Amino acid sequence: MALLTATRVRHYFGGLCAVSDFNLDLQAGELVGIIGPNGAGKTTVFNLITGVYRASEGSIRLRDTELVGKTPHQITALRVGRTFQNIRLFRDLSVLDNVRIAHYAQVRYGPLEALLHLGRYRREEQRIVENSRRLLSIFKLDHLAGETAKNLPYGSQRRLEIARALAIGPELLLLDEPAAGMNPNEIDQLMEFIQWIRREFQLTILLIEHQMKLVMGICERIKVLDFGETLAEGPPEAIQSNPKVLEAYLGEGPVG
Amino acid sequence: MKTRWSVGWEWLMAQRWLLPVLVAVGFVLAFAIEYDLFNNEYVRGVAMSVGIPEYTLEYTLFNKYVQLVMMYVGINIILTVSLNLVNGYMGEFSLAHAGFMAVGAYTAALLTQKVLPVAAYPGLFPLAVLAGGLMAAALGLIVAVPSFKVRGDYLAIITLAFLMIVKSVIENIDTIGGPRGIPGIKKLTTLPWVFFWVVVSVWVVRNFVYSKYGRGVLSIREDEIASDLMSVNTRRVKFLAFMVSSFFAGIAGALFAHLLQFISPRVFDIIKTTDVLIMVYLGGIASIGGSILGATVYTVLLELLRPSTVAAMLAWLPAVALDPLNEYFIRHLGVWRMVIMPLLLVLVMLYWPRGIMGLREFRWFIPRRDLEAHHRQHAHGGSHGAAHGH
Ligand SMILES: Nc1ncnc2c1ncn2[C@@H]1O[C@H](COP(=O)(O)OP(=O)(O)O)[C@@H](O)[C@H]1O
Ligand SMILES: [Mg+2]
Repeated sequence: MALLTATRVRHYFGGLCAVSDFNLDLQAGELVGIIGPNGAGKTTVFNLITGVYRASEGSIRLRDTELVGKTPHQITALRVGRTFQNIRLFRDLSVLDNVRIAHYAQVRYGPLEALLHLGRYRREEQRIVENSRRLLSIFKLDHLAGETAKNLPYGSQRRLEIARALAIGPELLLLDEPAAGMNPNEIDQLMEFIQWIRREFQLTILLIEHQMKLVMGICERIKVLDFGETLAEGPPEAIQSNPKVLEAYLGEGPVG
Repeated sequence: MKTRWSVGWEWLMAQRWLLPVLVAVGFVLAFAIEYDLFNNEYVRGVAMSVGIPEYTLEYTLFNKYVQLVMMYVGINIILTVSLNLVNGYMGEFSLAHAGFMAVGAYTAALLTQKVLPVAAYPGLFPLAVLAGGLMAAALGLIVAVPSFKVRGDYLAIITLAFLMIVKSVIENIDTIGGPRGIPGIKKLTTLPWVFFWVVVSVWVVRNFVYSKYGRGVLSIREDEIASDLMSVNTRRVKFLAFMVSSFFAGIAGALFAHLLQFISPRVFDIIKTTDVLIMVYLGGIASIGGSILGATVYTVLLELLRPSTVAAMLAWLPAVALDPLNEYFIRHLGVWRMVIMPLLLVLVMLYWPRGIMGLREFRWFIPRRDLEAHHRQHAHGGSHGAAHGH
């Protein structure tokens, strides 16, 4: 069954058509990559799925729920987690709070219980702390729980962002250039890591990436965007030998 | 390097049981002062036997003026802690606080003047105060709405407009006194009541801050879109923050009206907001302890700057120096205040943006769970000092 279906999605920024006629059929459990040159509209697709922008035309469905018109927090609460191309952590907050904040929609207590620290407050807070700590230890960040996020080295910040996205409890995870700024060795580790969290958390993953090694290595299906249009779609081998793709994108030589 | 001071401070902050004890002692003291329990032969006898001259007692807790200042300190703590929620924790710049205060003051004063029989039943006073807070909270909801769309300077201007609207609405309703205001309000605000509301406001704001909504507020300050994308219902969080903030501004206004015994639209102008802003930024943003310190320091400073106080403090100067000083400066301190205080705000924001304890907190106010959660598991504790994760 399709987890995410995008049908004829189009988006304009003023006169600029950033995404045109975008279609996607993402099956539960799949790992699909989106590639394309800078400015192709990849990040915009993520922003449309997560409700940062409202699609000018078309429909995006998560199972049977229409996402177009919903706010980001409503969509996120439907278990869609994401990371950002440029790290967007809550820089001045602690590592732990970064992860705790992402539990917002799952916490079951109301304003009155919060103001008086009564009722479900204690139990729920305990649960969130434990879950956050569990996630942090998976990412080997638990010893830094009290550290301010901006003081973490770049690699740890990237990992923290994924940990925070997983705190949503996602079914669908959107990763925007997770390997940006990593060396080949780190990319190898990241590839294994993505495979591992996918199994461990039973995720469906959609990822944007410039690093061909990563995309070709782990994605089951690849979508190529160029100037907002879908240039090609298919398994890695087919994409690698597709002349249109070679011309528009791979032909540019190493990109990143 | 740990100095003896910081070791002592850390030890003190670890004694969490002291906070409830201090609150209890505070209540006992507040009642004792209110009912003048110290003003008796026994206390005077003890004071004299330990060598305290009797006349100095007049300058301490029995002194009505000292009591008045203590109540102002309390009211200002309520105002500062509540404004800090929006201007500090959320990182907005609201100028509406005096407007909420006015709404609380007028609501409560009208109730005690015209509706509730407080003369026969003084026990009804808290109802009037509560009504003032609720009315202000309702208006807080309205001010929260523009904050969904705009931030920063634009929101500051909208809140300023709100403040001006409140003022001119009051000025134009004759049945509530118009520009002349309401005179002859009963003096129902007492030290125990002020202390009670200080404790309630600090406790509630602290509870709010250490909940999912409080973390939501912090994440909005950091990055509103990322916050929304991490499932935080930013609108609801803003509604709540503005409501709690304006509720306590209303409470403070109600207490203020029944202490000053006279209110008029001019009492709640931009100068009043500026006062609270100075207290927030002096004490430090996103800190309850800082707000308490900022309000206390600033209120006492203001009292010390009164012409009579300054003249009395400088009385030792020779007349050659004192007379011109008096003539050109001290006697006009009321006006100079309007220059000095906003200037202080500018200087604090420019050169001391963190204030006394911006983004830090007394550990007494941090729930134990939060302290433990932030601790490194294997490292030794205490590495944060009085600071916490935020
Ligand atoms: N908020 C925005 N306002 C106007 N134009 C935008 C905005 N966001 C992206 N764009 C434009 O849309 C196009 C696609 O951008 P983006 O999706 O970020 O590309 P990619 O992620 O593939 O590099 C670019 O031309 C970019 O300049
Ligand atoms: Mg991009």
